Amino acid sequence: MDLSTDYLGLSLPHPFVAGASPLGDSVERCRRLEAAGVAAIVLRSLFEEQVEQEALAHHQAEVGHADMHGEALSYLPASPDQVFGPEEYLAHVRAVKRAVAVPVIASLNACTPDGWIDYARAIDAAGADALELNFYAVATDAGESGAELEDRAIGVVQSVRRAVRLPIAVKLSPFYTSLPNLALRLESAGADGLVLFNRFFEPDVDVEALELRPRLDWSDSGELLLWLRWLSLLSSQVRGSLAASGGVHTVVDAVKAVMCGAHVVQLVAALLRGGVGRLQQLTHGLAAWLEEHGYRSLRQMRGSMDRSRAPDPRALERVQYMRLLQTYRLE
Amino acid sequence: MASPHTATIDGNEAAASVAYRLSEVAAIYPITPSSTMGELADEWAAQGRPNVFGTVPTVVEMQSEGGAAGAVHGALQGGALAATFTASQGLLLMIPTLFKLVGELTPCVLHIAARTVATHALSIFGDHSDVMACRQTGLAMLGSTCVQEAQDLACIAHMATLTSRVPFLHFFDGFRTSHEIAKIDLLADDDLRALVDHDAVRAHRARALTPDRPVLRGSAQNPDVFFQAREAANGFHDRCPLAVESAMARFAERTGRRYRSYDYHGDPAADRVVVVMGSASWTLRAVADQLCARGERVGVLTVRLYRPFVAAAFAAALPPSVRTIGVLDRTKEPGAVAEPLCVDVIAALRQAEQVGAAPWTASPRVVGGRYGLSGKEFTPAMAAAVFAHLRAEAPRHDFTVGIQDDVTHRSLPVDEAFPASPAAPREAVFFGLGADGTVGANKNSIKILGEATTGHAQGFFVYDSKKSGAITVSHLRFGPDRFEAPYLVGRAGFVACHQFHLLDRVDVLRHAAPGAVLLLNAPFAADRVWDELPFEVQQAIVDLRLCVHAIDADAVAKAAGVGGRINTIMQVCWFALADVLPLAEARLRIEASIRKSYDRKGDEVVRRNLAAVDAALAHLHAVPVPAAADAARRRPPTVARAAPEFVQRVTAAMLAGRGDLLPTSAFPPDGTWPTDTARWEKRGIAAAVPVWDPAVCIQCNKCALMCPHAAIRAKVYAPAALASAPDGFPRQEWRGKDFPGQDYTIQVAPDDCTGCGLCVQVCPARDKANPRHKALEMTPLREVRERESERFVFFLQLPEVDRTSIQKLDVKGSQLLQPLFEYSGACAGCGETPYLKLLTQLFGDRLLIANATGCSSIYGGNLPTTPYAQDRAGRGPAWANSLFEDNAEFGLGLRLSVDVLTGRARKLLHGLAGLVDGETLVAELLAPEPRSERWLRDQRGRVAELRRRLAPLALAEARELHDLADYLVPKSVWLVGGDGWAFDIGFGGLDHVLSLPHDVNVLVLDTEVYSNTGGQASKATPLGAAAKFASRGKAVDKKDLGLMALHYGHVFVASVAIGAQDAHTVRVLQLAEAHPGPSLVIAYSPCIAHGYDLVFGADQQKRAVQSGVWPLFHYDPRLGERGEPPLVVDVPASALPVADYMRNEARFRMVEKIDPQAFRRYALGAQQAATRRIATYEHIARLRFPSAGAAAGATSVPDPE
Repeated sequence: MDLSTDYLGLSLPHPFVAGASPLGDSVERCRRLEAAGVAAIVLRSLFEEQVEQEALAHHQAEVGHADMHGEALSYLPASPDQVFGPEEYLAHVRAVKRAVAVPVIASLNACTPDGWIDYARAIDAAGADALELNFYAVATDAGESGAELEDRAIGVVQSVRRAVRLPIAVKLSPFYTSLPNLALRLESAGADGLVLFNRFFEPDVDVEALELRPRLDWSDSGELLLWLRWLSLLSSQVRGSLAASGGVHTVVDAVKAVMCGAHVVQLVAALLRGGVGRLQQLTHGLAAWLEEHGYRSLRQMRGSMDRSRAPDPRALERVQYMRLLQTYRLE
Repeated sequence: MASPHTATIDGNEAAASVAYRLSEVAAIYPITPSSTMGELADEWAAQGRPNVFGTVPTVVEMQSEGGAAGAVHGALQGGALAATFTASQGLLLMIPTLFKLVGELTPCVLHIAARTVATHALSIFGDHSDVMACRQTGLAMLGSTCVQEAQDLACIAHMATLTSRVPFLHFFDGFRTSHEIAKIDLLADDDLRALVDHDAVRAHRARALTPDRPVLRGSAQNPDVFFQAREAANGFHDRCPLAVESAMARFAERTGRRYRSYDYHGDPAADRVVVVMGSASWTLRAVADQLCARGERVGVLTVRLYRPFVAAAFAAALPPSVRTIGVLDRTKEPGAVAEPLCVDVIAALRQAEQVGAAPWTASPRVVGGRYGLSGKEFTPAMAAAVFAHLRAEAPRHDFTVGIQDDVTHRSLPVDEAFPASPAAPREAVFFGLGADGTVGANKNSIKILGEATTGHAQGFFVYDSKKSGAITVSHLRFGPDRFEAPYLVGRAGFVACHQFHLLDRVDVLRHAAPGAVLLLNAPFAADRVWDELPFEVQQAIVDLRLCVHAIDADAVAKAAGVGGRINTIMQVCWFALADVLPLAEARLRIEASIRKSYDRKGDEVVRRNLAAVDAALAHLHAVPVPAAADAARRRPPTVARAAPEFVQRVTAAMLAGRGDLLPTSAFPPDGTWPTDTARWEKRGIAAAVPVWDPAVCIQCNKCALMCPHAAIRAKVYAPAALASAPDGFPRQEWRGKDFPGQDYTIQVAPDDCTGCGLCVQVCPARDKANPRHKALEMTPLREVRERESERFVFFLQLPEVDRTSIQKLDVKGSQLLQPLFEYSGACAGCGETPYLKLLTQLFGDRLLIANATGCSSIYGGNLPTTPYAQDRAGRGPAWANSLFEDNAEFGLGLRLSVDVLTGRARKLLHGLAGLVDGETLVAELLAPEPRSERWLRDQRGRVAELRRRLAPLALAEARELHDLADYLVPKSVWLVGGDGWAFDIGFGGLDHVLSLPHDVNVLVLDTEVYSNTGGQASKATPLGAAAKFASRGKAVDKKDLGLMALHYGHVFVASVAIGAQDAHTVRVLQLAEAHPGPSLVIAYSPCIAHGYDLVFGADQQKRAVQSGVWPLFHYDPRLGERGEPPLVVDVPASALPVADYMRNEARFRMVEKIDPQAFRRYALGAQQAATRRIATYEHIARLRFPSAGAAAGATSVPDPE
């Protein structure tokens, strides 16, 4: 069965990609993913804010106590080899690239205009095959309108596009007023694809300690529905690639995502829970499913249930939800 | 431009660079002020920097200096070239091996930053008492006088040791030379390669112990041959001076710098000559020049080669005209005929005369004197006083200079008005705080001047004794020509005060020359600065006609995002005002240096520091100075008027920086010092302090427990006590059943708080409606200082709780007890001091502490003030520091004494039972001790009653018992120290003391590094942690001291982490104290050397426990005696990955930055170690022992009766 697919201009043998997660944190794990047959690996994001905060904290730890007392001019060893900034991440990109043949997609979350550009350039130079721009921000400022926020995102994509040649995907959250409009604008700004969706750390409340505790729960198949709606809505309207990131755990989940328009599905929870062996099960399972259902290839199926081709596209619209509710009857 | 072969470095680096490049093995151990040499050697080796032979030296840290000397000895016998670095007590520990090195004619060099040997007190500062203690070993001894020589004579020592085979001790003055930064001409690798005798290196190799050419060394010889064999080496020592001279000549040929073993400077026809070693030589030479210019006939003879002391060469170096010789020794040998250099000079002159080598006709008079002990300043005025003294008809021998000896009247009068050299370079003095980066910026400025000009530059830095809020004073000199000025700047043309509040505490302007520029960092607009100055400062500004400038550098720093680091901002201002370098060039160089220094620390660090530089000058303003001082405000008194007489007279002078002026009579002659004095030192160093909200507080007392400085306290008291309370004094009703109807207050000591924020971090009480608000909230000190100070004064006079009324000595109960350890100079957020404070709360009124040298002895015993306090009855911890290495033995000695005197008192009591009229009293006094607070109170009452009954009795035994009666109240003996002591240098002694049955309690404050000397690895350093001497991560895990100790069976052993489980710590300390045999408590102590903000110290302790890195357990032999498993794992580890714990601390994280694979390996290893540790402890915790278990020695100390 032909499971091949194109994603961000990369030709992949099948749609199963390891999503940004601890799965790509070490060269060894990447090698294991490759051996297990992964189509591509997305590395965890380089967070500009984190890089800076750590550099500042370390700087403070080092110089904050220097030259304070006659007995000790410093308290930490001097290490000229130690470089703060993105180097650790870039070295990892280089090392993974050297270790595996499958495409390696880096990911970036910057917090300053220069940060997006400089780090994207550095990732490009490090040899990544593509770059995910991870728009991982929660709108908290009541003074900033949705339009301004979107304009900022567009500006980032434009400037990164100008700065690097490698393919760019934009990873979004579902919380935009008009996702299709934003998607088209991102595409015009230079994005080669979209990754749906980001998962935020969600604040939980510790009612005893009266503290917020950030937590991140892995997705399950039940969440897939949100993904399917937006894949389907966007697939018919954008020219670039679409990745479903989240909610895909089974062969049927993958089938649904591809039917709704996904070029690839990014697996995280499925591999963390089921191990990398799950990749082969899914690939074989997908091939078998296509076979059983008389498909010639994955491409034939991709987008078959998007908004332009689904038998009843109104099911994707909000009003349909109302109707369903109204017709719901107690047994 | 300066030559590329110059560098601006300190004396330690100058010496270490030569030692490193001419060695193959360096065995090291940290000790101030020589630690830097070992650190640099280790750093260079870690970088793979080769020596001149093309190999990377092997640098190994040992467990003590004795160990380092042993390793060097072995390496040398094995045929490698080896060196070591040390000072003071460290050098003393090497002495046995030094005899061996000399006896076996083993070429090597020890580089010594000469430092005071501890006598009546420890001192980290420089004198020659350590090197003088080695003169009997037979080592050749070569003394450098300045940073340039520290490099050059290091090379000459290495050259001469190889050709002579006599091992060398190369020394220079600790701090004065070791820490002075000066511009020097560097020795290139090629120079060293060319200067070393490679045939001698081959000869050394040929003598290596090897089975290919087997020989035996270290035989035991008998009376028949030892003597002759010892004399057989004479020729080597006889030829050694020639080897030195020859090395000096070859060195001069290569470098143009000519040194002489005995170097005369001055009038060739001088009648008075001062003989000296070390940096003071330069001061004397400059003064001799001045005196000669006035027509006096004086000179200075600098001794560089002290051993072998060559009488003829020494005599020949003296002018034949000399009539009086003054010999200055930087050491003291009580009881000697004279100090050692003086004795040598006298003997040398006599010898020279006897063999006809003396150039004079009349034998000169020789007198000796002492100067500069413990780094005491030796100024031109003091040098002039020595020359003046020698002019006397019969100058006094055994004089001192630099102090006022009003007890034995040996000191010389000094004319302080004696002018410094007229050719003095330009000078500047900067006052700052340790944390604000002033010293770092000044070091950088000196380097900039050194590099940007062909002139000479010098920097010297003075630190106070505190580790938090320490005042630093930077002394900078620079000029077009080379100069040496090994003394502090007197009055400078530029004075800066980087912390405005220091103007209230220190006489900053005593360093200002008339017309000088004064730069202030002031948190006010320039037009308000004058009005904010105290009257005394205004008056000095007017009198000295100072030109004042001010900048709100903290605001600039805050805006630029560099926190409290105002260093670069003030640096730019200095360059702008001091006119030492074109400002544009200075700025470019500062910026380049920021880029260079911080390049690897990330763009943001660079960007912020550059932004601070950019913004500085726009905020620098001239301050208009009126014609007269007009402030109503006076500088506050150094200590409160209520302070005791000693504090007023002595401590206050030291606090005000006038300790140098105190006469000998001010001091106890045996080092005994009063406790309870830190309370008089009000420093006000916190930017913000906690303020208590009684509406939110839940009375848990965790804040008071965790405060490292006893600066936040809890009291419970009768409401009537509030009658005279200040307005608004906060209180709430006590909620427990133990003190019904009483009130409760938490109060901060605003002037003693360091602002670390730990109390707020651990406070669990949140406002229900606004959980962001806790019961404690950090508030800017300026806003609340006056109010909270008044409240704290009132709070202190509230009655202390009756110790017997505390029903449960848990976290809450213990914190109602008065801390008898307060306001120490420990770092903000220190992880050690909460344990000590708790110790004093639990047992303080009967506590004896033997304290190993280290952080705890510095914040515990470094003058001017002492944090150990007394309760209202005048009882409190008695504290002593013997040494670093002998603390366990020292503490055991205290215990033995207490036991002996207790036994004596009990015996006397038995004997006098009939006479003191009361069988009940005697029986009760001698009854077994339940050691409850109530019993202790009653026992003290019984002792008082006994004394009352003994008083009228005239019997000698009665008087003796009267004196000893307090020993009927049990004492609690604690041996306190850090991991460097317990795991490394003192381990042998500790192990032995634990093996004995005596009732000592050991508290190991485990910071997992040598914190005091700057974070060098110890055997407690965990796997994968970067520390000095393990900069790429420690390759093996820490020693499990607890596990080792519990195998004795009779030792109470516990591991605690107060931030993780405070209740456990409180309970375990009581169990340890109650155990009648030895107890060992190992306490996790977060430290700045771990590399994170210590406000999170408690959180990180929790992670250490949760990950299994730090198991909480106690092993109580008494449980075993009851048939229960003696080991109890008190808090099981949870599933937190060790790597998550590690990644929170820079010490681990920096390893990941350098080598991610190594980090992963270490993290995996640490995880396995934690798993193994937990499994081991859990296994032991299941073991029950069939019989009453503990070892035979586990019983209490035998009753002397």
